Amino acid sequence: MSRAQLELHIDFTRCDGRGLCTEILPELLVRDDWGYPVGRGGRDIHVPDGLAGAAQDAVDLCPLQALMLRRVTRS
Amino acid sequence: MTEMTLDPRQLGTGGLFTAAVPDLASHEAAYGRRPSGWTRSPLLRELEASGLAGRGGAGFPAWRKLAAVGAGRPAVIANGAEGEPLSRKDTALLRQAPHLVLDGLVTAGEAVGASELFLYATAESLPGVGQALAERRDGPRVTLVEAPAAFISGEASAVVNALETGTALPRDKAARIARSGYQGRPTLLHNVETLAHLALVARYGAQWFRSAGTADDPGTRLYSLSGDVPAEWVVEAPGGASLRDVLRLGGAEPSSLAAVLVGGFHGAWVPAEAFDLPLTARGLARYGASPGAGVLLALARGRCGLQASAGIVRYLAESSARQCGPCMFGLPAMATVLERIAAGERAPWLASEAERLAGLVTGRGACHHPDGSARFVRSSLGVFKDEVRAHLAGACTAHHGRV
Ligand code: SF4
Ligand code: SF4
Repeated sequence: MSRAQLELHIDFTRCDGRGLCTEILPELLVRDDWGYPVGRGGRDIHVPDGLAGAAQDAVDLCPLQALMLRRVTRS
Repeated sequence: MTEMTLDPRQLGTGGLFTAAVPDLASHEAAYGRRPSGWTRSPLLRELEASGLAGRGGAGFPAWRKLAAVGAGRPAVIANGAEGEPLSRKDTALLRQAPHLVLDGLVTAGEAVGASELFLYATAESLPGVGQALAERRDGPRVTLVEAPAAFISGEASAVVNALETGTALPRDKAARIARSGYQGRPTLLHNVETLAHLALVARYGAQWFRSAGTADDPGTRLYSLSGDVPAEWVVEAPGGASLRDVLRLGGAEPSSLAAVLVGGFHGAWVPAEAFDLPLTARGLARYGASPGAGVLLALARGRCGLQASAGIVRYLAESSARQCGPCMFGLPAMATVLERIAAGERAPWLASEAERLAGLVTGRGACHHPDGSARFVRSSLGVFKDEVRAHLAGACTAHHGRV
């Protein structure tokens, strides 16, 4: 069974690890030893429906356009 | 460097090195002419029946890559970059059998209706390929692109980047290159050895291909053997052969070895007690090893596996393209921890710190470099766990005493 789910993609080639997104989305992201965002799933983090709005805010506010929100179907 | 060209009949296969010399006459004498006129569906069916898996590292089924390529003037790339410093097999193949690789490239290009063909390889390999191209009758237009000798240069998105911009750095992958690769066009990228096998499947068919190897790992594979061995051979062996068989084919004595690193620096250690298992992802599943691009690094009995591993992790850290923070900072941190363990620091927490860092970097780069490096670290800690324990207690089992 597969179902489209919302994912937050982190482009680590852009991210500079100052951590704004971790303040907007503390439920999903924490900072690693060097400040870069960590969530479950590496560079593609599952976003539950209730956090879709906050995730969109993080995407819009990331100063380096390192975040992308997308619907993905994984089997 | 030396190569061994085994008599392929000895292996019960047609073999990739059947041509006596690299020129076209010798190639056609060995294999006959390239059958032209392949279209997509028949080639797909033949490849699927053959079970040919990619020989560049990931081992993805060749037919599925072909099937995934979108319509509309795709680009086809033969990847012979071989960034792994211990890998020699693609260079050997391009030198000794360039026409087989070109046959595969042209055949794949024909089948997908390619607009452009590329061959990407190191400066060492390109002159021979250029010569081979010049003598071909089918006169394919193949653009030769030089790959820098860097670990990451052969990663798929780095290859596309190198073709477009001349910089072989990986990119963040929002879309798969099968749909949007070289200049936004659908792109098929195969390792040169995969294309050489494809050329033979296109000639002799899937059944013939399966006459070598096992059901699980059909055909032959090339291995680059190095480390504590008498000579650094490139060996062609049937799929599913055991490490013991492959080591012997390469003139190495298995009983002199403690372990072999299988699959290169992103691979995993396989200890001596497992040398009789088939050298396949399934056979070596409990070690997390798979043949990958065929790199085998032998470690002699009496050598410290942790020291060897720490050196490799440092190399991996220095190979980071330094684009992604977790890779740029996390890999050097892992290397430092492994070096401290190898040096015999009495700090028991170092082992769990290495595990933690491996978990932290996994999945957090634009390419798989952090993941592969983390896998290697975990494998080193696992296979050499007795050594880890001894080191953290201030001793080294390899040196029978203090570090
Ligand atoms: S806000 Fe953007 S640049 Fe800053 S840490 Fe988050 S992803 Fe990285
Ligand atoms: S993960 Fe590492 S090697 Fe890969 S692109 Fe990022 S920095 Fe470069």
